[in-house]
Amino acid sequence: MIHADKLTKQFGSVTAVDGVSLDIADGEVFGFLGPNGAGKTTMMRMLASLISKTSGTAEVAGCELGKEADELKLRGRIGVLPENVGLYESSSAYENLEYFGRLHRMDDLTLRKNIERLLRMMDLWEKKDLPLGTFSKGMKQKVSLARTLVHDPILLFLDEPKANLDPEAAKMVRDVIRGFKKEKRTIFLNTHHLEEAQRICDRVGILRTRLITTGSVDALRFGRSGKKTVVRLERASEELANAVRARLEPRKVVVSGDELVVDVVDPDRENPEIANAVMAAGGRILQISQLSPSLEDVYLKLVHEGGAPA
Amino acid sequence: MRLSQAWIIARHDMGIIRKKQGIMAGLIALPLGVGIGFPLLVWYIVGQGGGTGGLESYLPYLVNAFSFWWVIGAAMLPIAIAAYGIVGEKIEKSLEPLLSTPSTDGEILLGKVLAAFLPTIVAIWAGSAVYQVLIDVTTRGPLGYLLFPSWGMAVILFALAPLSCLYAIEFSVIVSSRATDARSAQQYGGIIFIPMIFIYVAGEIGFIPLDTTNLLYISAGMTVLVLALFYASERIFHREEILTRWK
Repeated sequence: MIHADKLTKQFGSVTAVDGVSLDIADGEVFGFLGPNGAGKTTMMRMLASLISKTSGTAEVAGCELGKEADELKLRGRIGVLPENVGLYESSSAYENLEYFGRLHRMDDLTLRKNIERLLRMMDLWEKKDLPLGTFSKGMKQKVSLARTLVHDPILLFLDEPKANLDPEAAKMVRDVIRGFKKEKRTIFLNTHHLEEAQRICDRVGILRTRLITTGSVDALRFGRSGKKTVVRLERASEELANAVRARLEPRKVVVSGDELVVDVVDPDRENPEIANAVMAAGGRILQISQLSPSLEDVYLKLVHEGGAPA
Repeated sequence: MRLSQAWIIARHDMGIIRKKQGIMAGLIALPLGVGIGFPLLVWYIVGQGGGTGGLESYLPYLVNAFSFWWVIGAAMLPIAIAAYGIVGEKIEKSLEPLLSTPSTDGEILLGKVLAAFLPTIVAIWAGSAVYQVLIDVTTRGPLGYLLFPSWGMAVILFALAPLSCLYAIEFSVIVSSRATDARSAQQYGGIIFIPMIFIYVAGEIGFIPLDTTNLLYISAGMTVLVLALFYASERIFHREEILTRWK
């Protein structure tokens, strides 16, 4: 769906996005993470043909960036949810959606059906004729999401869809994004919510002007430090560590206080082996747990390290 | 450039303008007030017996100068609409979603221009129709002939007023790119009246007689100005410029 090769954007002497290459498959939910000013919005705007690229090439939804005719076609195939809802407050939800549907050259019947389907999905059908100025922030965000979908786009660009929302509204937005995912739409999600990315994204990319890394959430979480099993014992010793090493060779086993910390690849298969080895060597196990770095741990480490790929 | 796409934008903007009472009041009250007010003044002057040169020479000269107001009015009315159409979108942050649709920059700009141009021209033509009828009713007796319709008024209504309207809208687009609220955009827009008021005053004091020939010369000058401003506003109303440089 998206293929970018060394995509770069400069504003005068400032480089906002530097040589980013990435591929996003059809139906994939891709999360773009990065600190403020990392170039996430610029990257999204470039891919959505809202701003030009300085160099590099990209093909998005079958359209080549940089060709005017292709870019016009592309904007008909994608839906963009900007960070600010950007709705016409004196108009109703229905009028807002109708306007954008017309700009996408939709026929009247399909447009009416889509508006009704989306507003019902967002639980706003009963309020469809009220001016948006009377809506809460969460309700406006729902209308903004509905506007993004009104023309049935095949690719969605969502820029911080949960920014500044209260927990209830944030949950609603999460549910809607999950709904998109079920519909197999390709989603490009710019977000600060690492927990959110961990929950809904198939893959994530970490950007800080340059693309630091991409991969599945699990690959990023375990790619650097790997998975570890922690065995808490009545009393840990080198003998018990050697027993585990002998069973799972060549795994790294470290004695830390009354714990053994064991590098594992497949905890479901290896943890019973570890337990058996410890018990056979006379050890008394109090607890076995899995040490899992969160995406946040990995993100902070990568961002602060300055971009060395994992 | 698809006119139908620009028309969707224009129709939408005109729909929003209809809900803005302040803008609508100006659009109706100003042309109507002038359309009735100037003939009332002429009626008063006729009642007083005219100026030193007699009504036959004084009235046509006075009415010609009054008629030029429709050129100024055509520049005055669209400023609020254009300021709302662009600065309003900036404030509501709805320009990015609009730019994300399959519309070209030219289509969006044309839509915005049409939304300010059409209501203004309709208001100017309607107000001037009232004005012409009332002036004819007032002056036919003392003059013995009708002042309107006239070639001078035709040039004003079909050349100068539309050009002046476009001039004001294009200027507003340029100002709006830097203004952060509609009111300051309108205030900056006030600069555009300076050359027009100069012509108006020059007409009143007889420095530039506002006859048909001079009105055609002014139209030619205004066309050059409109084309120059069109070029400038088109460069400013560019999606990358809007998203990355507009304040």
